Amino acid sequence: MTRPEGSDAVGTAQPVVTFSGMDHAALARRTRRWGWVQYARYRQAAEKPFFWTAFVTALGNPVLYLVAMGMGLGSIVDTDVDGVSYLWFVAPGLLVATVVSTGAQFGTWPIFGGFKWMKNYLAAQATPVEPWQMAIGEGVAISVRMFVQALLFWLVGLAFGAWPSVGSLAIVPIAMLGSMAMFAPLMAYAATLEEEGLQFNFVQRLVVMPMFLFAGTFFPLASMPVYLQWIGWVSPMWHGTQLARVVSYGASVPAWLIVVHVVFLVACVVGGLLAAARTFTRRLVR
Amino acid sequence: MPVIEARELTKTFGDFTAVDAISFEVAPGESFGLLGPNGAGKSTTMRIIGGTSLRTSGSLTVLGLDPEANGPEVRASLGVVPQQDSLDEELRARDNLIVYGRYFGLPLSYLKPKADELLEFAQLTEKATAKVSALSGGMKRRLTIARGLVNEPRILLLDEPTTGLDPQARHILWDRLFRLKEQGVTLVLTTHFMDEAEQLCDRLVVIDKGRIVAEGSPRELIQRYSTREVVEVRFGSSRNAEMEGVLRSMTDRLEVLPDRILLYDDAGEALLDEINRRGLNPLTSLVRRSSLEDVFLRLTGRSLID
Repeated sequence: MTRPEGSDAVGTAQPVVTFSGMDHAALARRTRRWGWVQYARYRQAAEKPFFWTAFVTALGNPVLYLVAMGMGLGSIVDTDVDGVSYLWFVAPGLLVATVVSTGAQFGTWPIFGGFKWMKNYLAAQATPVEPWQMAIGEGVAISVRMFVQALLFWLVGLAFGAWPSVGSLAIVPIAMLGSMAMFAPLMAYAATLEEEGLQFNFVQRLVVMPMFLFAGTFFPLASMPVYLQWIGWVSPMWHGTQLARVVSYGASVPAWLIVVHVVFLVACVVGGLLAAARTFTRRLVR
Repeated sequence: MPVIEARELTKTFGDFTAVDAISFEVAPGESFGLLGPNGAGKSTTMRIIGGTSLRTSGSLTVLGLDPEANGPEVRASLGVVPQQDSLDEELRARDNLIVYGRYFGLPLSYLKPKADELLEFAQLTEKATAKVSALSGGMKRRLTIARGLVNEPRILLLDEPTTGLDPQARHILWDRLFRLKEQGVTLVLTTHFMDEAEQLCDRLVVIDKGRIVAEGSPRELIQRYSTREVVEVRFGSSRNAEMEGVLRSMTDRLEVLPDRILLYDDAGEALLDEINRRGLNPLTSLVRRSSLEDVFLRLTGRSLID
């Protein structure tokens, strides 16, 4: 059905909809390949109204943390930690912990709400985009956002003298990886929940909070009792923080352990995304 | 060649059969309706057409393709107006259309002028920069229809398009849909409003408990299953049952509803005159043309709206 633009098929002055002969098969072909990117671009466009809130939070958080922990607490820690000043020690941990916590937040209520309240997944489902592409697309959109958040934190840290080297810029992708390692499995879980309950409070208070406190952010994991150290080992925050410290001030971590940190984080991301692709499909196609 | 062809389409959820071996065809440019009460299986059928619900058995082609195997291909050609608005409440009306187009991978150079055109079609140009949360129910529905047109669909699926709208908003919406129909867009809609089906559908199937109980144009269905006219009389809840016996002798068919009695007759006025002549004195009375509601009542013994 092809009609010239502005034509009036019914012979009245009322507006009509133009049908320009769109190639639907081409749309479908493109979506089969790039649907996850199309979804991510939708997600970014849909976040536009929240830009300034997100921006101010992303700048405000590092200022508060670095002032309180780096300068406040740091001023009374008069011995070096891990061979460097407390500010240098704690800053990579704070950056990673902040970005990973944000990833955890994005993996819970916004995903659940997308199914339950906002219905944005239902809207997307009426288009050529497939549920697994929505899950991957969410991951991509959040990655970009986490990258920017980490970069802003790093820039603020620069003003505080928190980074001994330019190499510390590598913390940015590390933090992004860590936050995805938290986000992706939580997203997979959130997509399975039909009803609102206390699950996310549980996640926040009994998973994210202990990680923040006991995963080597404020003090080395090794200074904790052995029976509490497992919290670090299962936490994307600790693995990310260890890597961040290596690139920031050259913390001494054996090569095999660096490999373990990277493999752990990548496994969480890949496993989480695969699981989310599955739970999204199960939830939406019935 | 039909644009939709369903054969023995069945969908079960555990022990419950939502769609029970229904077969129908939709021709290009046709306005086709699924009429039935809530829970009849209409929405499930719509979801199966879009490939977002998997059929249990039967066959289905949409534009020559099986939506289960070719979901993206089928949905690229469909416009969907779901029963519940799934607009992005935080975004402005125009931005809703543009971001939705993103799902189809459409470029901004296409989407920006398209959004303006669709807003004008939906009579929402003045609300282009208003947040969705500030729009009325009727405006949201029109915006949802505009959104469904962003990819120039060959078939527009509308699930209960006017449920929850006031009469004026419904008429505006019907007018818009009628224009699309005039432009040759194939419309497939579900409704439990008989007047909506009569207004918009060239042809429809009446669905009850997952099964098709009748098929035809609204006019054909009324001719086949009802009389030309219907006399509605009320005697008050206590006397309705008592009057049934007397009235039954005066016409071939009558239905006793909780609040009124319906008498089916081709000559309604004459029948009402006879009722009055016999001194039966109904509290209220009216003669009207038969509607699809009467067809549904005849076919199922129940009213469309619970």
